Formats: sequence, C-alpha cells, structure tokens
Amino acid sequence: MSKYGNLTTNAVGRIVPQIINGKESTPYQGVGKFRPSGRKYAPPISSCADYPEDGNKVISSLREALIRCGLKDGMTISTHHHFRNGDLVGNQIFDAAAELGVKNLTWAPSASFECHSPLIRYLEDGTIHHIEGSMNGALGKFTSEGKMQGMGILRSHGGRYQAIQDGDLHIDIAVIAAPTADMFGNATGDRGTAACGLLGFALADSQYADKVIVVTDNLVPFPCVPWQIHGNYVDFVVVLSQIGIPEKIISGTTEITKSPDRLLLAELTARFCDEAGIIRNGFSFQAGAGGTALSIGIYFAEMLRKRGMKARFARGGSNKYLVQMLEEGLVDYILDGQTFDLEGVRSMRENNNHLNTSPFTSYNYHGKGNFASMVDVVILGATEVDVNFNANVVTHSDGLLLHGIGGWMNCLFSKCVILPIPLFRDRMPVIRDEVTTICGPGELIDVIVTERGIAINPLRTDLLDRLKGSALPIKTIHQLKEEAERICGKPSLPVLDDEFIAAIKWVDGTVIDAVRKVIS
Amino acid sequence: MTNTATTGNKGKGVRSDCHVTLELMTVGGIDIQVNSKVMALYGKSIIGLCEKIFQHYEIKHARLLLEDSGALELVIAARLEAAIRQLTGSEKEYLPAFLPQNNYETSKEQDRFSRLYLPGNSPSLMINAGIHKPNGIILDLEDAVAVQKKPEARLLVRNALRGLDFYGAERMVRINQIPEGLQDLDYIVPHNVNLILVPKCESAHQIELVNQRIDALKQQHGIKSHIWLMPIIESALGVLKALEIANCQNVVALAIGLEDYTADLGTRRTNEGSESFFARSMIVNACKATGIQAIDSVFSDIADMEALGQTVQRSKAMGFDGMGCIHPRQIKVIHDNFAPDEAEIEKAKKIVSAFIDATEQGLGVVSLGTKMIDPPVVKRAQQTITRAIKMGKLPVDWRNEFTTG
Repeated sequence: MSKYGNLTTNAVGRIVPQIINGKESTPYQGVGKFRPSGRKYAPPISSCADYPEDGNKVISSLREALIRCGLKDGMTISTHHHFRNGDLVGNQIFDAAAELGVKNLTWAPSASFECHSPLIRYLEDGTIHHIEGSMNGALGKFTSEGKMQGMGILRSHGGRYQAIQDGDLHIDIAVIAAPTADMFGNATGDRGTAACGLLGFALADSQYADKVIVVTDNLVPFPCVPWQIHGNYVDFVVVLSQIGIPEKIISGTTEITKSPDRLLLAELTARFCDEAGIIRNGFSFQAGAGGTALSIGIYFAEMLRKRGMKARFARGGSNKYLVQMLEEGLVDYILDGQTFDLEGVRSMRENNNHLNTSPFTSYNYHGKGNFASMVDVVILGATEVDVNFNANVVTHSDGLLLHGIGGWMNCLFSKCVILPIPLFRDRMPVIRDEVTTICGPGELIDVIVTERGIAINPLRTDLLDRLKGSALPIKTIHQLKEEAERICGKPSLPVLDDEFIAAIKWVDGTVIDAVRKVIS
Repeated sequence: MTNTATTGNKGKGVRSDCHVTLELMTVGGIDIQVNSKVMALYGKSIIGLCEKIFQHYEIKHARLLLEDSGALELVIAARLEAAIRQLTGSEKEYLPAFLPQNNYETSKEQDRFSRLYLPGNSPSLMINAGIHKPNGIILDLEDAVAVQKKPEARLLVRNALRGLDFYGAERMVRINQIPEGLQDLDYIVPHNVNLILVPKCESAHQIELVNQRIDALKQQHGIKSHIWLMPIIESALGVLKALEIANCQNVVALAIGLEDYTADLGTRRTNEGSESFFARSMIVNACKATGIQAIDSVFSDIADMEALGQTVQRSKAMGFDGMGCIHPRQIKVIHDNFAPDEAEIEKAKKIVSAFIDATEQGLGVVSLGTKMIDPPVVKRAQQTITRAIKMGKLPVDWRNEFTTG
C-alpha cells in the first residue's frame, strides 16, 4: 500500500492527497463548507452472555488482554494522554505486540509525548505502520525524515472524537489507563495514587472501539464512583503496579513565565482584551498551557478582582491559577478538558463547579454545537502566522514536524481568537509571507499580539473600531513582518522534499494541509 | 604564535549567539562550516556574510567552524571579527549598517528614572531590552564581562550600538575603570553613544581624561552631538570628591555604586541603608549643588518588587532622580514610584497655572494666593507637569478642566 495518492489543491491552495494510507480523504473546502451525510459509526453489538455474570473482567496481564481482544496484523490501537509525559502504559502495549510478532499496527493516541520516543524502534521494525494522533518531539522528527512506513495523520482533539464517531478512525482496541477502576471497568481519573484528573480524551475510544481494555493500578471494590468511563463499554480490566507518574503531567509550560518578554506579551494581551470590551461581568475565556497564556489569566484575575466582577466560566486545561480563581469566586465554573497539574486534580475531585468535559461536549464539530464557539476569548500559541493570518502549530519554519494540534483548531471558533507570540524566536521570524503548514485558516484568527506590536485581522472591523485611538501599539501584520525581517534578515524558504509524510485534518475531517519530508 | 582562535559562546542555554573557531591557513582557500539552528532559513546568508568579512580582511585561506544558536548578523560579524583580530592583530573594522532610528541625541535634563544594565557580551539580553521602555539601556563593558572576553565584547557592543533598535532609550555604555576604560571609547564614541558611565570614579582628573579622549575621537570622526557622562561613585574617596567630579564638563549625573562602596568601607549593604546614608546624601547634595541628576544604586533582589518599590520611595525622598535596574521587571516599579504622585501633581498644576495666568496678564511676578513663586519653583513644577503627562498621569489638556478653586 502506498502512503498516499491522487494529489489535488484544496480551498486554501495547498496540495493534499485524496488517498491516505489506502483510504479516501476529502480535501478542505472552507470553514463550514463541508457538510457530512450518512450516520455515525456504530461499534459491533455485544452480548452480556459473553461477559462474566459477576461483573469481574479482571485478567492477569496486558499481553493476555490484547490476545483475548484478538490482536492481529493491521489493527488500530488507541491510547490517551492524560498522563502527558508520565505515561507508563503506551509503550508496554507495543512491547507486548512486538513480542507476539504482530505487524503493521496503527497507533492512534490522543497525543504523544517524549516518553513515547522508545516506540520509534517499533516504527522501524514494522510493528507500527503509522501514527494517527500527534507526532511530538522525537516521533515528529522521525516522521519528518520520511522514516515512517505510512503517512501520519494529525487531528485536533475534537477532530479525533469526530473521526472516531464518523468512522473515519476505526479503533480495534482501546487501552485506557485509569488511575482508579473497579472489576467491571468503571473508571475515573480524579483519584488514586496516579490521579491525573479526567479521562475525557478516552471517552470516544471507550464508546466506539471494538474492544476496550482498562488498565489500572488502583482497583477498588465495585462500584467505582464517580466514573467517567462506564464499565458497560469495557471488555477487560488489567491491574499493573504503576500506570503513570502523576507529577509528570506537570511540565514547565504549566508554570507562569518568568521571562520579561513573555510577561510583556501577556500584559499587552490582557490590556487588549480590556480595551476591546471583552473583560466584563459574566465573560468566558480559555487560555492554553504555556507560561504566557497562564500569565494572561493572572492579569484577568487582577482586573476582575479590582472591579468586583466575575467570569461565568473558564475552559481548561485546568491548573493551580485557574483553581485559585474558582476558589476565590472570580469564576463560577471551570469546564475542564485536561488537568495540567495536581491542584487541578484536587479541585476536580473536591469542587462541584469544576466540571469534567470531553472533546465531544467541547470541541466535536460534527455535534449539535459545541462549547468552543461559546467562549468569549481564547488565547493560543502558534509556531508561525502568515500575512493572511493563517497559522501553524505543528511544524517549525524549517519544516520539521514537532508538535501536535491539541484543542487548538477547535478553539479557533471562539468569539475572539488571540495569538500572543514573540515576533521572532532566536532569529526565526514568526510572521511569514506564507506559513509552512496551515493548521488554522486566517479568517478565524482575530488578533496577533507580539512584544513589538498588535495586529488585528482586517476582517474584524469591530475590533479595529474599538481600538481606534488606543495607546496600545496597533500595527498591521505587514508592519510586524517587516519589523521582524529588519531585525532578523529576510529568511529563505526551507527547501523540502516532494514527498508527503503527514496530513493535517481540519475539524470537519477534511485535509487542510499535508506536511513534506525534510531534506537532511 | 597560534593560528587558531575561538570567540563567542555555545552550549546549552546559549541563545542568539554563536561560537567561532577560526584557523588561519597558508593554502586551501576558505572553508566555512556552519552548524545553525536556523540553517534552513539563513544558512546561505550566514555563509555569504562570513565570506564578505574574510574579503574585507583580505584573508584567502582559512578554516571556519561557526556554531550558531540563532545569532543576528551583527553578532556573527562581531564574533568573526574578534577571531580575525586575535589572529592577525588587524585594527580594520567591519561595520554593520547603522540603523537610522538610532540616530538621536539626548538632553542634559531628560528623565533618567531607570537605566537597565545589560552584560556587554550577552547578545540574547540586548535584542529585546528596548521594548521594556527603560529610560536608558547600559551596555556594560566593565564588571559583567570576564577579563579575557573584553576585546570581543567591545566589538559586540559597537555592533549593537549600530544595529540594534534601542526604541528611544538613552544609549549608554559603562566603560572600564580609567585608565583601561579609555580604550573602550574608540569602540563607542563613533557610534552615537549618548552617555558614558565611568565606574569607580575618584577624581575630576579621570573625567578630564575621558573628556579629552572623547573630544579627540569626536574631532576625528566629525561628531557634533553631545556625549554625556555619568561617573559612578563607588569608594570612600569618590564620595569625598563627589562635588569636584560633579562639576566636570559633560557630567549630567552622578551615580552611586553601593556594592563596591560598602566593600570599601568594610561593611555590609543592608536594605535600610544606614551604612550608606552619608554617601548617598553626599551624592545628592553634590548633584543638586551643581544642577545635575543624582542616581541611586541598583536593587539586587529581582524577585521582590514590594521591597524595590519601598526602596525607590526612600530614594526619591532623599532627592535621587533615578536608579539602576538589572531586570526589565524592575523598570515599571521604578517608574511608578519615581513618577510624580497626586499631591505633587496638584501642587504643580496650581503653580504652572498661576505662571501662565501671570504671563498672559503681562505680570513680571508669579504669585499663588499671597505667596510669591520663585522661577526655579516654576521650572520644577513645569517639569513635574511634563513628566506627569508623559507618564499618562495627567491629560495633555489638563488646564481645560483645571480651576484654582
């Protein structure tokens, strides 16, 4: 099977394949243009007659569970990333698969981290054919070098749920690492020695996979309450000595920045939101992981405190700063998608206003609405932005695929999308004539805040009007690009190979861009 | 004599800099090897720049290894030039373009609330310094640069003065102690430095030496603009000579350096500052007596903004006009606390308003109620108003809403 075929140009002018890993794909058609038809995918019908009457689904090992799930060549195995860089289960699955001599598997993680780089050996020996999920760090570099047999497919968190529901991503076996579970398979992430918060990224997997294995290191007597994963979806339960390192869900990017440059970015962003009239009683916001985004939350909190106002809800990734706002009464609810630190885990367990959500409720574009479009302002990052406000989050300017998409694409539907980004990173200008990879179309990105000026998308005439006469350094995107090039020099375009190595799927499942192999 | 030189910095944590290993050869032509994190974007232009520099120095055979962590052109040029000079002893200069926006003068009396110290051999800290809007940016050639790195730091500082945007901040350089610091002047005077800090100053004679060298360089390069001096008093002798130093030509401010001063006294620096009260008071008095600004020492705890604010308040109360900072986060705190407070602004508004009224009425004397106002008081009030407007504490049209009530 060839990696891809039938190249075409999509609605944002990018050349993309229409056949990827042997399956038909739809090229991107524009925001809101692709309307799916048909019905959702349905998993096979199960029968209670095939499951123990006493509800005890515990079996002795992950290897046995995989065998009893019918693991064979060419299957798709999914995992989730709530442990982030502290996951201890993902690698064990493929160790077992390799021992069993199974080949050509597809790994469909909700995200990958550096801790998964040992899986490169299974990509090399053919145990894993390709990854559908995110390809971060070493896995991304391996993919960029054209070494993966199949073509990588990157989706947003909401896009993954959509793809599973629509049958675009069929999961044969889902393995869910659960910090607490009972023998029946009911499971939660908010308690247990390896508590990681929530398990929402594994929800679709549990509902739609042909077979589901729950792996836990904290088996509690039935019933495990509260449960986020329902045992009725689960085939087998496996008990391991340790499933994850909860401290490693915290990363440097979940601490407030100490960099004066980034603090300036955060301050400018908060001032922009204030002057644009976004910060008012009952508003809602989302700030992703990352020191700058977290610092913006601190500025929001200060403004609300001073004015005696409160936000109605904040979308998480929760962290200690958001939890402080909730506990101080500066925000009524946290609608959480993933927990970024242990304070978030505690709050999730203890506070009824800290609610767990899943990509279905928050981000799924093929649902009957989702939370993302209800948020007043969202603060996101980007590796590059171009003069048409298109943005890239997956590749660097040299073409290397190093990051996943996360919820980034889904958040673009918020009422105001702001990207606070440095004008250049170590002589790498962030604003380009054309981004290396389009992950978000410019029409959805409203404001670029840099340390040397703020550019408002010309489509947002309302924001331009509101900021008229502001003391903030409002500039055009072209002025910012020129300023970066005055300092750094005009960059050359990276010379990339003609071969595609990964596809970027838009929130509706269409292909918005394809990533090329780097020439090393 | 060795034929290999290394300059610059490399390793984990080094950003926006590069490391040069240069070997001069007798045959073989020019061999340039570049390892760069921005190779895909700037590889060709980096190699082109290096070739140009070799041509400039008429070097035909050399082996160059450039390990680049995202250095700007002006940094690469300084590093390579330093290596070439080390090996050849050449005094030729390879000068990057001078940014037109850096071509401005500063005045004797302009605000010098904050001046941000930056190590003269650390390019990553220089690039964004101006965006934090300190009143002055000091490129430091003295204590922040290791002795063996001083020759290359001079070239880097020179290139920074030419090619980095200071965003309107007063362009300052701290040279080395006199007499060594006299050499530094060659690298900064021709490149529109606005103000030179002279460390460990203990006599008017040292300032005279600096002025003489500056005058010679100005004449040589046809420079007309003012270059101001800010001697730093850092010893007991310097404190006692403060008045004669303050009286020297081109001196616009005296700064006090408390780390060295307390070491000279054999005491320890405290937050309360009782050990330095005499010295600080002496500096303030010398400055006020000669009509220049008094600048306080830096506050070294970059995490404690509250203590910094209190220190600035004490400083202002003593009569200081500004202080140094070692981290951009300190700038706003320093500005906020040196800025005129509400009572000062109200008083200034009344005085300036009375002055305008008197002028409009053709009166030679300004009075407020039954009190006569002296011209220096009016001048100070006008300065307060100007500052308050500049710092956003007073609208430009404040008089429209002002009534003397």
